[in-house]
Formats: sequence, structure tokens, C-alpha cells
Amino acid sequence: MTRNLPSVTIVRKIKASPARVWAAITQPKQMMQWWGPDAGPTLRAEADVRPGGRFSVVFRLLNGEEHNPTGVYQEVVPEKKLVFTWDLPGISEPESLVTFLLEPIAGGTRLTLRHEHLPDEEARKSHEHGWSGLLDKLPIFLEAFLGVAE
Amino acid sequence: MVKYQASRMDRTFSALSDPTRRAVLLRLKEKPGLSVSELARPFSLKLPGMMKHLDVLSDAGLITRAKTGRTVSVHLSVRPMREAMAWLKRYESLWTVSLDRLVALVEEDGER
Repeated sequence: MTRNLPSVTIVRKIKASPARVWAAITQPKQMMQWWGPDAGPTLRAEADVRPGGRFSVVFRLLNGEEHNPTGVYQEVVPEKKLVFTWDLPGISEPESLVTFLLEPIAGGTRLTLRHEHLPDEEARKSHEHGWSGLLDKLPIFLEAFLGVAE
Repeated sequence: MVKYQASRMDRTFSALSDPTRRAVLLRLKEKPGLSVSELARPFSLKLPGMMKHLDVLSDAGLITRAKTGRTVSVHLSVRPMREAMAWLKRYESLWTVSLDRLVALVEEDGER
């Protein structure tokens, strides 16, 4: 699998077993305890964890805004891999895909999270808009570029 | 939250995926308003090749072209890049904070 889509990747070493981490990312009760971009509350979590099943999480930010990411599970390999699409209703956002990879390491789990932007239908069909470049360097490029262009 | 046009962001990312096009943007940042032939020169590209790259950049809204007499001058337009950056930053911060909390949760209570 060589994909070079614009993406955000975060790796964490966790002192807990893959089984423990898997429970935290797939059981709604536990998802509610960590899912959210700031200290605001997670209000609801639903997860039908099987390929084709849906998830839905509602969280409220400290500024009062509520968001409801939803998506469909694409790949479910217990204690190893969880892949789902990501959609924010009401916000015209590019389609994206989230992957959780869990690997057992000495003393725990290495978790790799990737959130990647997916090309839309139009871009997929077009030869002109191929995704061939090294987009993992894109954030560095953008930061350098915009840092001075402001 | 900023609203995005999905297809335009696709064009932005795709336009930026090519090293020549990124180099063109960097060059325009240093020297705004270069003509097409001035732009093509250091890349050892023939004009039609450069025109093709400029079309892609222009479709993505990353440059604008202005004709003065027989010369076409090219200018940068950074807004799509800001939007692309905002997308990357937003998800980076969402997941960084969420994963901090996830790690705290599973490490705190050990095995269940």
C-alpha cells in the first residue's frame, strides 16, 4: 500500500496492551472518555464496529460549538487495525479516512494514527490530478511557505 | 469553522504534489510578477511544458495570470495554501489532544 495523500500521522507508545487500547477505541462508553479536541465534554458515542457499520460521536468544545463526526468502518481487525471514513455533517469538507494501527511492543502498544485526505470523485477520475508526489513533505512546505508569505 | 470546497482543496493538494510546481511557487514568492518565459528558464522546461504546470496551478487557484501587452505576468495567490494548511493543522490538533486523553485513560486503569 503506497499512498501519498496529504495526511496527519501521530505515533504513540502506550503502556497498556493492544486489547486494552482496542477496547478504548471501539466501545462507545470508553470512546466518550477521550474523544474530543479540547477539554470539552463528549456527549454521545455510537459505534457499530464491523465493516460497513457506522460510528457517530458528538462532542462539545469549550467554546460551546458542537460537532458530530460520523463515518463507516472500512476495516476491522480486532486489536490490530481499525479503519473508518470521516465525515463532518454540515461542513463541506473533503472526504477523509482515519486509520488506527495497534502493534504489540515490549511493555505495551505502539499506536499509529493516520488521518488522510481522500481525493474526491472528480480528482480520482482525472489524470491531471494524480496523487503522485511526496505529500508527506507538504506540511513542511506549506509551513515554510506561509511563514514568510503572510 | 471555515467552510471548504472539497474539490478545490483536492486541486490544491494535487497541484502541490509536483516538485516542479512547488519550485515555481517558491520562485514566485521571491519574484512576484515573473513572466512565463522567465519562470520557465531555470527549470529547463519548454514553454508548453511550463504552460501546463501553470494551468494546473491556476485551476487550483494558486496563481493568477495577467496580460500586459504581449507579456503574461504570474502572481501568487496563497489562500488555497492557507486552507490546506488549516485542514492539516485542525486534524493534527484534534488527534493530538484526543490521543493524550486516550493514553491517560488506558494507562491509568491498567488491564480490565
